[in-house]
Amino acid sequence: MSYNAVELMICSAARALDDGKTVVVGTGMPCACAMLAQKTHAPNLVVLFEAGGVAPQLPTMPISVGDSRTFHRGIMATSMADIMQFCQRGMVDYTFLGGAQIDAHGNLNSTLIGGEYRKPKVRLPGSGGACDLASFCWRTLVVTMHDPRRFVPKLDFLTTPGYLSGPGAREAAGLPKGTGPYRVITDLAIMGYHPQSKRMQVRSLHPGITLDQVRKATSFELEVGENLETTTVPTPRELEILRTEVDPHRYILGRAA
Amino acid sequence: MQPIQSGNGRLFSDAAADSARAAFAAKPRAMANKLMTVPEAVSRLVHDGDYLAIGGFGCNRIPTAVCHEIIRQKKQNLSFAGHTATHDFQILCAGNLTGRGKTLARVDIAYIVGLEARGLSPHARRVMESGEVEITEWTNYALAVRLQAAATGVPFLPTRTMLGTETFEHSAAKVVECPFTGAKVALLPALYPDVAAIHVHEADCFGNCRLVGTSVADLELARAAKRLIITCERLISNDEIRREPTRTVIPFLCVDAVCEVPYGSYPGNMPGEYFSDEEHVRTWLVSERDLGSFKRFLDDHVFGVCDFSEYLQKCGGLRRMQTLRQQELLLQGNRETSTSES
Repeated sequence: MSYNAVELMICSAARALDDGKTVVVGTGMPCACAMLAQKTHAPNLVVLFEAGGVAPQLPTMPISVGDSRTFHRGIMATSMADIMQFCQRGMVDYTFLGGAQIDAHGNLNSTLIGGEYRKPKVRLPGSGGACDLASFCWRTLVVTMHDPRRFVPKLDFLTTPGYLSGPGAREAAGLPKGTGPYRVITDLAIMGYHPQSKRMQVRSLHPGITLDQVRKATSFELEVGENLETTTVPTPRELEILRTEVDPHRYILGRAA
Repeated sequence: MQPIQSGNGRLFSDAAADSARAAFAAKPRAMANKLMTVPEAVSRLVHDGDYLAIGGFGCNRIPTAVCHEIIRQKKQNLSFAGHTATHDFQILCAGNLTGRGKTLARVDIAYIVGLEARGLSPHARRVMESGEVEITEWTNYALAVRLQAAATGVPFLPTRTMLGTETFEHSAAKVVECPFTGAKVALLPALYPDVAAIHVHEADCFGNCRLVGTSVADLELARAAKRLIITCERLISNDEIRREPTRTVIPFLCVDAVCEVPYGSYPGNMPGEYFSDEEHVRTWLVSERDLGSFKRFLDDHVFGVCDFSEYLQKCGGLRRMQTLRQQELLLQGNRETSTSES
């Protein structure tokens, strides 16, 4: 069964979420990943939204992380502080983020591009909940398109902590022990982090993609994991669920070029 | 407890609990009828130079009518809590660089400029990239905690967010060593807004409020603000409030004005009532691309109408609201742009 780049990204990211865990997601691709995971291998995955939605039975993809769908037939509609405090005290396993720029240690920028702080070339939204979620949740996943302007050696602004300057830096800054970046899933590959250096490394190439292509799309030196794999293609069942139940109107799936 | 690190951002409000207590001590305690119109509420309670905060979550359960009225009355030089701010921020930004002075002068930023998956607001970008607004950086949780500290009546609360980031460097937070455990924590100063506006589902004329769905940071905000304007979908009787006191989430003691504004979160979503009008939000975004066309759009939709109900009328009136209600109740695709109403 043929599939597009976005479908492959969503299926790959969904598989990274284990059953019986908790995840805070944003709208768009991260939400689609969680919905697909729930409908396939992780029926007991608990999805939370930063505005206060807990374990909804999502009828459609939310437009906003605070719209009514985020608590539709949910377990609870609570406050943002309550959700963030679940994260801060260690009860949330994953978070799923995006960002305009990411560096080799998984730090993210969603604040500004170019210029000075007070007068940037492009002002972006800022942290929103991203800095909080990446500080508190056990594992941070990022889904984004692979592009040399996104994968940069130095961020224009460090909004959200990855491994900061490297091994031990999160702990030294006071961030909770044992937390940090886990996977980056793009349209070209799946990346993880070297256990010691905490630098991003390619773990799996998508079918038909070469390491050279991934390196060309990355503006920092990208390491390669020990057993470089080829990403498992989406199964017909995953694609069927994704297309008919998760995103029937192709709001997300239609974004692939 | 000496700070190990301090953010270099400016604190736009007084975090001192005793100054806030003086303001809260002066708040009337009587169960008085606080019903008034939105123009009246804004003219009495929002002053030039105030620190303003808006409830809800950007395009969800927002007091749109109050935001319109603030720019219609040309309020100037406000500080603003940019907490999960999307369409509300977009409206307030229309008071900058459009020949109406400078509505926003200082912004505490957690989330501004963007409208989530809908993209960035071209005019909000114009305002924030002009350098004319003073800014300090925070996060969504940080601003929620700052309101929580204010609601608690203490000058700060500790958290473990922003540590190690440039978000912290551009904030006004401080890192200290915890006196009990030695762990590094970020202390966030209490945020006591001068005035706040929150849209709820139901309120009585005294300001006892009920809402459906997520509360975001509104229960904290209602208790942290020195003055509070409530807009509600429906006015209900005090008997109704007393029949089920467990449903009251904001008591009259916090509230200074109650305005009944049906469809008051439009074009935002109101849980259980109506979905967001994605088509109209898109119209805002498109008209903002060019300053001239945006000014004409504003003259037509905001400055040239006498009140919020005339704005709703411009946007399709009751028929459009019925369509959005059907979308909210999942009776039709929630992102369809169909305007055929019959």
